[in-house]
Amino acid sequence: MVPRKMFEDELAELKNELIEMCKLTEVMIENATKALITMDRELGKSIGGMDKRVDDYEMDIEKKCMRLLLKQQPVAKDFREVSTALKMITDIERFGDQASDIGDLVYNMPGEKYIKELTHLTAMGELAVKMVHESVNSFIDNDEKLADTVIGTDDEMDDLFITVKNELIALIKKDGANGDQAITLMMVAKYYERIGDHAVNVAEWTKYNESGIHLKF
Amino acid sequence: MSKKDNRQTPENFGQSITVRNADLWYDDYQALKNINIDIPERKITAFIGPSGCGKSTFLKCFNRMNDLIDGCRITGSFKVGETDIYGKINVNELRKNIGMVFQKPNPFPMSVYDNIAYGPRTFGIRKRSELDFIVEDSLKRAAMWEELRDRLGKSALGLSGGQQQRLCIARAFAVKPKIILMDEPTSALDPISTGKIEELCTETAKDTTVIIVTHNMQQAARISDKTGFFLLGELIEYGDTDEIFTAPKDERTERYITGRFG
Repeated sequence: MVPRKMFEDELAELKNELIEMCKLTEVMIENATKALITMDRELGKSIGGMDKRVDDYEMDIEKKCMRLLLKQQPVAKDFREVSTALKMITDIERFGDQASDIGDLVYNMPGEKYIKELTHLTAMGELAVKMVHESVNSFIDNDEKLADTVIGTDDEMDDLFITVKNELIALIKKDGANGDQAITLMMVAKYYERIGDHAVNVAEWTKYNESGIHLKF
Repeated sequence: MSKKDNRQTPENFGQSITVRNADLWYDDYQALKNINIDIPERKITAFIGPSGCGKSTFLKCFNRMNDLIDGCRITGSFKVGETDIYGKINVNELRKNIGMVFQKPNPFPMSVYDNIAYGPRTFGIRKRSELDFIVEDSLKRAAMWEELRDRLGKSALGLSGGQQQRLCIARAFAVKPKIILMDEPTSALDPISTGKIEELCTETAKDTTVIIVTHNMQQAARISDKTGFFLLGELIEYGDTDEIFTAPKDERTERYITGRFG
């Protein structure tokens, strides 16, 4: 086996693992949203258990990246791919953390029923999964256009966040008793919004991987 | 030891190199094709490329080593600072200002002291006190003074390969060159000696322009400020080293440095 083939095989293995790690975080976010909509406290609580697997993926991919850097001393596109993977796992790991945090909030949700319809929060959850999926896929498929789409989508996420925030403020103003749940839902919204930000980070690394220039959007 | 330093350093001899439309033939074979490059002063510039690509040939143009090869013909403009080095100049003076270190250490079969003093003597320095100063100064610059100060009278051929190569660099320093050319200076050395020479290059570049030909990609990435990639006699890409090794613009550079070539 020539070193080039060895490098390409190891890189392919690394990318496969990234896909698996990303899929797992997508399931976690989907479950968090499902738990939220149905106020399924047990489902919410169970998400934290999946987070350990995400952490394991992070450690393993990190180790693989380090080994590739050490053994192959990659340059040019090879270097960008390994360093991009190394950087983006931090954001992917955060996807898992935030899904797990949403799960915890659902588990401890004040009240027996919601003080409002969860239309916009549901939309945020769906958008978060889409952004996560597309951001990691943009790297896997070397698709800079898809990365741009993810970066553009973040405005939509921010708009939804502001809408939810305004709705919750209005509910608190209307009746102080709504406060406990409103603040919890506000935190849920914030976690979705943060997932969007991390997806943008991943997309920015994809753009670096393609161009060699790392820009913050 | 007296501290006299009477080595001449002509002020009008620059440290940057400008080459325009350079072609080089060995009889009918064209080894360099329309090379254009601006090499900055007091920086390290690395030339990389596969064997036979013309990088060493190009390096030897700067001190007119190719003049010694029968059938070699060079056209185009080569300027060091404002001096046209293929114009009416004293070639010995040129080689005093542009030193060279080769792939294989080539100490003269004489003492360490005489190796260093050889160049200055050739240029007319005879006083023992001045030569003593030059020998000490050159060995200190090459970070060898402490290891060789008690062996100055011993034959340079008794040194290790790495020491011999550093001695050759010290010997080049002895005539205070403005530019040092290095043709794969570490390819025959172990990693520790290589590391010492790389450190030496970095130190040297504080007041001297260094141009190094290397097959070691990591070496070029580690120590050089600018990198030029040669292929089949052409300068394919030239730019900041960080950029060449992170995001080269030309596909051929990318393929070569990532080992995809051929």
